[in-house]
Amino acid sequence: MAGVESSTSWTVYDATKLSAREIYGVVLSDLGAARPDIVGLSADLAKSTQIGAFGERFPDRFFNFGIAEQNMFGAAAGLAKMGLTPFVSTFSAFASMRACEFLRTDVCYQNLNVKVIATHGGTSFGSAGTTHHAIEDLSIVRAFANLTVIVPADGFETAQAVKKCLDLAGPIYIRIGRGFEPTVYDREDETFQIGKAVEMRPGTDITIIACGPTVFHAVEASKVLAENDGLSVRVLNMHTIKPIDEEAVMRAVAETRRILTVEDHNVIGGLGTAVADVIAASGKGCAFTKVGIPDTFTPHGYPEDLMNLFGTDTDGIVAKVRELLGREFEEDEDWEDEV
Amino acid sequence: MPLSQQELGELKRLAAKIRRDIVDVTGWSGGAHVGGSLSMVDMLVLLYWKYLRVDPARPDWEDRDRFVLSKGHGGVGHAVVLANKGYFPMEDLKTFNETGSKLGMHLDGAKAQGVDASTGSMGHGLCQALGMALGARVLKKDTRVFCIIGDGESNEGSIWEAAMAAAHYKTPNLVAFLDRNHYMIDGYTEDVMSLEPLADKWRAFGWETRAVDGHDVAALAEAIEFAIAWDKGPVMLLCDTVKGKGVDFMEAKAAWHYGGLSAEMVAKAKQSIGEG
Repeated sequence: MAGVESSTSWTVYDATKLSAREIYGVVLSDLGAARPDIVGLSADLAKSTQIGAFGERFPDRFFNFGIAEQNMFGAAAGLAKMGLTPFVSTFSAFASMRACEFLRTDVCYQNLNVKVIATHGGTSFGSAGTTHHAIEDLSIVRAFANLTVIVPADGFETAQAVKKCLDLAGPIYIRIGRGFEPTVYDREDETFQIGKAVEMRPGTDITIIACGPTVFHAVEASKVLAENDGLSVRVLNMHTIKPIDEEAVMRAVAETRRILTVEDHNVIGGLGTAVADVIAASGKGCAFTKVGIPDTFTPHGYPEDLMNLFGTDTDGIVAKVRELLGREFEEDEDWEDEV
Repeated sequence: MPLSQQELGELKRLAAKIRRDIVDVTGWSGGAHVGGSLSMVDMLVLLYWKYLRVDPARPDWEDRDRFVLSKGHGGVGHAVVLANKGYFPMEDLKTFNETGSKLGMHLDGAKAQGVDASTGSMGHGLCQALGMALGARVLKKDTRVFCIIGDGESNEGSIWEAAMAAAHYKTPNLVAFLDRNHYMIDGYTEDVMSLEPLADKWRAFGWETRAVDGHDVAALAEAIEFAIAWDKGPVMLLCDTVKGKGVDFMEAKAAWHYGGLSAEMVAKAKQSIGEG
């Protein structure tokens, strides 16, 4: 497949060479020192999800439930009811599907202070194949009332999300990758705010709205399009997809009139749907395309190959932007009044 | 300490009143899970009037013991107990199932005072109870967590996930009752999905397991005291009960898992229950 990078160029990251998961593990164990109410829960994935770092430091506040995700989420609800703040970590596929009803009924319905760190989101667990890909999780959990859904762009943003989710009472689902994704930031952005999109690059011709690993590619695509096509492409990092930053979406509609969403997820029910809801409700004319996994099960393969296959990488985004710029759409008559 | 004769008499009379109230609410509400509520009344009465360290005036008191009704469809029985205990006015029971009521088939802890966990879907409550027991350990509190699960509910895999984990974490502050009333919606449990040998299963899962007549208040009290004193891990009290206990025309009939009662049937049912 085109656009495949060597594996080393994808093993990224920050100065300390930590992957997103590793950063999360370190941040959580640091928070654990300051916050005795934090407890860590895992289902035989302490190492894979890096919550084990917390467990090693605070063995009395760490519970491994074995391969039993339903019980883990139920127990998380019980721990939260005692006044503790459970961080529950497992793969996104299992958090959203195997434990689905326990997350929905025990945690969300009771509006409990449970923080879910769902790792290996999207196709990031590439070679593990369909069973371990989570391409439906955002669609599923976005429908749970009370739940905040965050998809950080990289390890630095994950660190911010983990820290700031403590200030927001109630259930939060933080979906991260496997940790081998390129970083977008070169340090933690302390201005990170849950529910507030980040403009990664300004632009007036079109807006790309991305979350998670596609933010990196959207930024790269924006640079390529500026250089090669002379285009001004705005990039929004919509790290919080619920509640979505409606204002940022509406500003993009008004100022660029063309929007492309990109997500490592089925095009049904995730970021693109959330953005489409905002646009549709506004009644404004806007050329709009969702890029993601086109309602199909994903094959196994290296994540970068899969993103290339589904057009969620830099090349795919560049091509889609060019296509969308050529599309005609009807503008409403009083457009100027609304801007 | 065993119950005194006076205590025993009082608790039996109270259990009969609770059963009559459950019948009343079933009549008022148009329908309720009456059979499985009547089967667990003696456990609830002993817990709420004898063993649970709770204060109805302070339902959120953080050092209280916790009670989780894992078989959440017993909501009508639990609601009647909570009202009689003083968590909310008895009058509220008259709104059971109505739109806007704080009380419905499966109790919502955000609305009904005294409900420690909102349950209803099978196989969730024991997991939450386990979490509470572990939470008490983390917080170094002597909180005890009591949980009633159903026999039909024991078909759920998550019950056994929680069973495994409670034994693994050796939670002596977790005491479960299994309301072994032998019936589920589709019939006799052993016809629908074989459960026996249940006691062996719980023992094999690492729980200290005691079989007890779930309607023998004195024996049940003794079993609860044993469970409280047991300090090596979780305890399962396998309570042999009768679905629809106390109402002659309901006893041991799967059809009374859920049902409505006419005024005439309410009168007959209350007469059958008597004064205890």
